[in-house]
Amino acid sequence: MRLRLAGALRPTGMPRLFPQSMQRMLTVSLTFDSPAPEETENYLQVVAPDGTRRPCPELDEWVKDLDVPALEKLYIDMACIRRLDMEGTALQRQGELGLWAPLLGQEASQIGSGRALEHDDFIFPSYREHGVAYCRGIDPHDLLRMWRGAAPSGWNPYEVNMANQQIVIGAQTLHAAGYAMGLKFDGSQAAAIAYFGDGATSQGDVSEAMVFAASYQAPVVFFCQNNHWAISEPVSTQTTGYIADRAAGFGLATWRVDGNDVIAVMAATRAALAHVRTGSGPAFIEAVTYRMGAHTTADDPTRYRDALELEEWAAKDPLDRIAAHLGGLGADLEELKQRTEKATNDMAAGLREAITSMPDPEVEDLFTNVYSHPHPRLDEQRENYANYLSGFAQEAEAAK
Amino acid sequence: MTSLTFSQALNTSLRDSMERDDKVLLMGEDIGKLGGVFRITDGLQKDFGQHRVIDTPLAESGIVGAAIGLAFRGYRPVVEIQFDGFVYPAFDQIVSQLAKMHFRSRGNVKLPVTIRIPFGGGIGSPEHHSESPEAYFAHTAGLRVVSPSNPQDAYTMLAQAIADDDPVIFMEPKRRYHTRGEVDTELVPEPGSLYRANVLREGRDLTLIAYGPLVKTALDAAEAAVDEGVDIEVIDLRSIEPVDFETLTASVRKTGRVLITHEASISGGIGAELSASLTERCFDHLDHAPVRVTGFDIPYPPAKLESHHLPDLDRILDGVDRAMRRNPPLVGEDG
Repeated sequence: MRLRLAGALRPTGMPRLFPQSMQRMLTVSLTFDSPAPEETENYLQVVAPDGTRRPCPELDEWVKDLDVPALEKLYIDMACIRRLDMEGTALQRQGELGLWAPLLGQEASQIGSGRALEHDDFIFPSYREHGVAYCRGIDPHDLLRMWRGAAPSGWNPYEVNMANQQIVIGAQTLHAAGYAMGLKFDGSQAAAIAYFGDGATSQGDVSEAMVFAASYQAPVVFFCQNNHWAISEPVSTQTTGYIADRAAGFGLATWRVDGNDVIAVMAATRAALAHVRTGSGPAFIEAVTYRMGAHTTADDPTRYRDALELEEWAAKDPLDRIAAHLGGLGADLEELKQRTEKATNDMAAGLREAITSMPDPEVEDLFTNVYSHPHPRLDEQRENYANYLSGFAQEAEAAK
Repeated sequence: MTSLTFSQALNTSLRDSMERDDKVLLMGEDIGKLGGVFRITDGLQKDFGQHRVIDTPLAESGIVGAAIGLAFRGYRPVVEIQFDGFVYPAFDQIVSQLAKMHFRSRGNVKLPVTIRIPFGGGIGSPEHHSESPEAYFAHTAGLRVVSPSNPQDAYTMLAQAIADDDPVIFMEPKRRYHTRGEVDTELVPEPGSLYRANVLREGRDLTLIAYGPLVKTALDAAEAAVDEGVDIEVIDLRSIEPVDFETLTASVRKTGRVLITHEASISGGIGAELSASLTERCFDHLDHAPVRVTGFDIPYPPAKLESHHLPDLDRILDGVDRAMRRNPPLVGEDG
């Protein structure tokens, strides 16, 4: 398969009036205090924000099977993770969670990619991929316990083929590269996928991960959700060009897609997975999306972000777009709305139940799993601390 | 004197240092418009511009490495690492480059870089946001490591660290950022006072050494111990490396007992170094082996368990009782 460098950056919608280089020149020369060139011109798109289907030769073949029921399912998935996200934020506000990292706005990127994966593919996420975890069928308890501060992590990675949330920016990309090297050495047909954001691309680890993946032609997809903000820093702090261009420089097959177009994301992810499975080396997807919410519930984006920018992105909403597209295909939107409501309510009820039924951790958990087999000094500390705590219990007993 | 919170004192200190010396510049993630996630640099980019308050790409190794380059060029960079747990990507630049450059260049290159690290727990954060990495840096020759415990020291020590020609790791106890106190911004500190310990409370029976976040806890414990008939001398270490042994040994030779407390794990921690050095220096004056009350040898635990991990007043008093031979020794220790 050929590298998609030029293809990925070619316009996919309206015909251009000028070649790209000239258009950039015009943009720069005619605009005072020029902003970056308009991005919509430079990514692959299948469904426009108003729901109209756009021809996209690079991606169309990968989503030929998506009929109305399949699209409805993607819509319901996105609605469910949007609800999951709202509940996460609400639970944090109510003191049930210590922190929450909202995914609002990134539903298409997470569902489109998450639903393109096979069961055996292994995911290395950052901390915002609740939607990808949802695609893996991860239990609500497991989804929430880390955010509640009740455990160091949620799920067993081997049960769901997904590593635990990674908070250190970009570190997981190297793990994905190494896992994929193992897949290759084992002759496996599975792939690894690493999720990270635009901010992470500045970390040395991410560049090193691409170097390793390319050197060993490892079957790994680097999935970058460019949500435009790393806490308060715009993507322009991380790069002056396109992130996807950087990956191409490492020799990776690269796609730059509209990250709010679930069909385009699914198509690109399927294409990238097919590419890496054939042994043609690693792939990179830049999904251009937007963080509609705060970085986390501890963040206040009004300090650094323009409300107009939010409005602009609200008009590119991933759910509205597919609903409009489905309407155009003649789907029964009223019936879809009812099914969506039921699914999202069930999701919310499951999360609520998970929180109310989640036991607090035991003191013993402090000392458990630091090592895989006994460690004498830590065992002493555990014993001493238990004795210390039982001293309080004895005092309380004596005081009765 | 002005009433300032710990974080306002740091902010004022940065501002004053930048006004005094136009080679002082700030670098870090989100320190510009946002003013840092803890707002320590609030308003500084607006007043000093984007070349003196630099929002950097998300790359800690890059931040410290670039700060080294700027220092080579004659600047005096003050780096903010957003959280303790994010300093490790910069570890090579700090340990192999920053710490050793003066030695490697036979004294020709000075790197007056200050690395500010909000550290320690007690704020209910997820993993990598509550760590105490000071021992890694104290172990590295060529670095100076300090930690203020109150707003006045936050103001004075930061200005001194920035003015110092050696690299200084500046550990800020994040759970004390909201502590308010009187700050004298006109105070002219004695030369070298950045590396002096401070006797905060005099006492006869035991020397209690703390730094950063646990100084307040240590003072509270000393007050509580009065009821139990123990007169504790509390020392704020302030400088973790170098250690002010003059102040420490004078106290320990007087009291004959020493307790060291920190949030970091016990094995290979600052308490281990103090304990060994004070034993060497004060052996004939000791009535009991030095006692350490610290975090356990575990990764920093989830928020709901952190109160068990962090030394508190009761655990310090339990240690005091052992030093006073009122409690039985711990498992694994002699009586």
